[in-house]
Amino acid sequence: MTSMKNIRTWLAGLVVLAFLLVPVYVAITQDTYALTLFGRILVFALAALGLNLALGFGGMVSLGHAMYIGFGAYTVAILSTLGVHSGWVHLLVAMGVTAVVAVPLGWVALRTQGIAFIMITLAFAQLFYFVFVSLRNFGGDDGMTLEQASNFGPLTGNPYALYLATAACVIGAAYLISRIVTSRFGLVLRATKVSERRVNAVGTSSLSYRLMAYVISAELCSLAGYFLVNLTGFVSPAYMAWTVSGELIVMVLLGGLGTVFGPIVGAASLLLVEEGLKAYTEHWPLILGPAIVLMVVFLKRGLWGLLSDKTESVTTPGGH
Amino acid sequence: MTLNLLLTQVLNGVQFGILLFLMAAGLTLVFGIMSFINLAHGSLYMLGAYFAAVAYGWTGSFWLAMAAAFFGLFALGALADALGLSILHRRDHLDQVLATFGIVLFCNELVRVVWGNAPLFMDAPPLLADSIEVLGLNYPAYRFAIIGAGLVVALGLYLLIERTRIGMLIRAGASNRSMVSALGVNIGWINRFVFALGAALAGLAGAMVGPILSIQPGMGEPILILTLVVIVIGGIGSIRGAFLGALVVGVVDTLGRVLMPSLLNQLFSPSVANAAGPAMASIGVYLLMIIVLAFKPDGLFPVRQR
Amino acid sequence: MKLNVKKLVVMMGLTVSGLTVAHAEVRIGFVATLSGPAAALGQDQYDGFMLALEQLGGKLGGTEAKIFKEDDQLKPDVGVLAVRKFIEKDKVDLITGVTFSNVMMALAKPLSDAEMLFVSSNAGPAPLAGKQCNANFFFAAWQNDNQAEVMGQYATEKSFKKVYLMAPNYQSGKDQIAGFKRYYKGPVIGECYTQLNQPDYSAEIAQLQAAAPDAIYVFYPGGMGVNFVKQMRQAGMLGKQPLLSASTVDGTTLPALKETALGVLAGSFWGPDFDNATSRKFVDAFQQKYKRIPSQYAAQAYDSANLIDSALRKTGGKTTDKAAVRAALRAADFSSLRGKMKFGNNGFPIQDMHVFEVAKNTAGDVSLKTLSTPLKGLQDAYATECPLK
Repeated sequence: MTSMKNIRTWLAGLVVLAFLLVPVYVAITQDTYALTLFGRILVFALAALGLNLALGFGGMVSLGHAMYIGFGAYTVAILSTLGVHSGWVHLLVAMGVTAVVAVPLGWVALRTQGIAFIMITLAFAQLFYFVFVSLRNFGGDDGMTLEQASNFGPLTGNPYALYLATAACVIGAAYLISRIVTSRFGLVLRATKVSERRVNAVGTSSLSYRLMAYVISAELCSLAGYFLVNLTGFVSPAYMAWTVSGELIVMVLLGGLGTVFGPIVGAASLLLVEEGLKAYTEHWPLILGPAIVLMVVFLKRGLWGLLSDKTESVTTPGGH
Repeated sequence: MTLNLLLTQVLNGVQFGILLFLMAAGLTLVFGIMSFINLAHGSLYMLGAYFAAVAYGWTGSFWLAMAAAFFGLFALGALADALGLSILHRRDHLDQVLATFGIVLFCNELVRVVWGNAPLFMDAPPLLADSIEVLGLNYPAYRFAIIGAGLVVALGLYLLIERTRIGMLIRAGASNRSMVSALGVNIGWINRFVFALGAALAGLAGAMVGPILSIQPGMGEPILILTLVVIVIGGIGSIRGAFLGALVVGVVDTLGRVLMPSLLNQLFSPSVANAAGPAMASIGVYLLMIIVLAFKPDGLFPVRQR
Repeated sequence: MKLNVKKLVVMMGLTVSGLTVAHAEVRIGFVATLSGPAAALGQDQYDGFMLALEQLGGKLGGTEAKIFKEDDQLKPDVGVLAVRKFIEKDKVDLITGVTFSNVMMALAKPLSDAEMLFVSSNAGPAPLAGKQCNANFFFAAWQNDNQAEVMGQYATEKSFKKVYLMAPNYQSGKDQIAGFKRYYKGPVIGECYTQLNQPDYSAEIAQLQAAAPDAIYVFYPGGMGVNFVKQMRQAGMLGKQPLLSASTVDGTTLPALKETALGVLAGSFWGPDFDNATSRKFVDAFQQKYKRIPSQYAAQAYDSANLIDSALRKTGGKTTDKAAVRAALRAADFSSLRGKMKFGNNGFPIQDMHVFEVAKNTAGDVSLKTLSTPLKGLQDAYATECPLK
């Protein structure tokens, strides 16, 4: 048991080190593209970490989490066009907006379960997607260019600073989640994934725990959006498309549902494989599609899950 | 907006709803009987359109093209089920969503590789190529034919499900599959038949839109989302729910697209009104679904589970 | 110690020389919409560009050309990532292509930040012709409004009294409508914007019928054009009044429409029946290689490749002196298949615009036939807003 845990800790450390070495590599070779590529991986790793809290530990199959990425990104872009440039203000407002949306939305959605939950989260995501499409003043379907990056004084727009900040948040989020899932809150949450009915029967309100987890996961996705818009300098409703939510779920599953470090591995694997395949052939979906199918059929526990002690899997979405 | 125009738009909405029904019927059966979420249903629709276009290109006959799509997709569905898709039946919904998501990626690219990026050509039969005078406006005969065909299929499905022995088995399987299996019925064959039938209906829908829409890679995704909305509103596993849900969604979407811009035109510039209008209409459909799910999580006409 | 120092010096020398040696090749990034409903346009751009390159022996300005190709999937965010990859990873010298104007607008900032030379072979949005013009950007096709402007002029010449306008709701669509209204001063009885890539126009066609116009003007590129024309034919709306269009019936959509589109009118800068030597050479070579009649998009890209070639010939195949390349591009010293052309101060062309009709050509295929040339030597309407000289 402990030896597996040691192996996992060592490997996790290596992965973190690899990410931290990227800026060093870039400084030497001036291949700034690596910062963009790995920066994107970190952004999606952060979002996947968030989704995993809800999906892997809470059993909530949300097909709408990309919506929160969009909220984080749009908050920055809209505030920027209104003349507000402070990075901290951007961050606080993004967190606030996300909470204001996630709490009622989560509350409505969590009243349903199973396929209805999946569909309702999809419906909300589509709804907000179309809301942003209809906002002609903020680019609408074409999106908006971010004229000025979030202001952090002398570090503004510095790609190295942005990368390191994203990496720090990813590590911080992973640590936070590891503490959450072993806390009392986390134990109740994981119990609701197995059987909501039983949790309610012992007198604990499963809804409030699940809602809390949902909101935290939404905030992490929003933070990811905040970094994404600063990285690409652009935001559009495409960031909240349901296909992005689908890709997030693939990342979580690929990494290992219900493991702490899994989503980071999953995000890195999927995006690096996509990048590699794209360089190899322009018909890369012909390979990626079946690969996903095979992964689902054979690699149930995900890549990181292979190193886990026990199998974490979603029995019935929503549980009962 | 005159009354005539309004009624024509309602007709358009009904036609769109019928198309959604053809898609939804197959999907809701598959989900109801086998508890299998198939995101690749949109790809079956696309393949139906391609099969029809190819058959049309070879024979020049619209009717043969329809048959090619229907029977071709029936065979493809049965084959896919036999070859291993059935593994996914036993998995949880998350696995199904992901695996079929992968299949969608594959199918879109496959179609692109085989037939290229440019849209394919297909025409309505000469019999239906003109328009019919309806309420002072010309309405395409072909769209009437779609409404007619859809109603025929709806009736046929109803008779199949409610009045035949196999229909009874299907209904029983939707309620309680293990019991049916325990009673000695080969649930595997029933599942295969249902899946193949669902695929055939989707293929037929795709073939029918061939003459009016562009046949191209990725044509299935927008329809797929709306189909999912329809079956959730209507109730999983229920044909009646699929029919009524489809009509509601079709009419709400079409009327919304048309009325919203006019409404907003009173208040804003044409560009804003025409951006917000269709978007608001789409929002309307999702709002509808959210409201339905909030009050009736199993949909409007759920199949009673035992 | 001595051995180490020697090694170090050699290593440093190699590294420095590696960093400063000029590319033995010229690197071009090509980005266009190569998938989705409008993929036929981007594909034609690519095919036209590569045909020109092939005829030049794979060289631009006498130097080997390496082409990096990316698909923007008609998504501005994907386009931005593709351009950043060109700039940061592939270290290209020039970027070309770009099919759609919404992608173009998203690319403007990263291109301008990197001071990258850019030659568009299709997109030509109004803001980039006016206030946001850039000395490094050149547009080898036309400004978005031009096709609409010539149809507007035609509508004025034909004295239509009740025109109905339709276009998709994005930058290019809005430019089109604005352009038409600039030259058509008569009454517009309806203006309808539809969603980009909307497949079903039955609702809008019904409204169109109710309005009873005496002419219709539309802008529906790619799959949208196929859908719209088909549905108009089925509603019995074609042939009742003239359908004026831009980018709706062309080499990419006519193979899918065939006889359905006969009689539709289109405005463009070039047609496959043009009689100059460059154009005939292009059409024959394209038909022989790709077995289809080239669309204007292929023609635009073919011209863009020859434009780049002409510029690089002047700088000896080198791109190190950007100002020199820029001046050479501005000179547009090459024979274009459209006839005469020169660049205005904003990098957009000053050229003749023509009206075409969908008709069968001598080989019996459905193609475009030149009707008239209502606007000669047209410059776009935004050149005066551009601060460049």
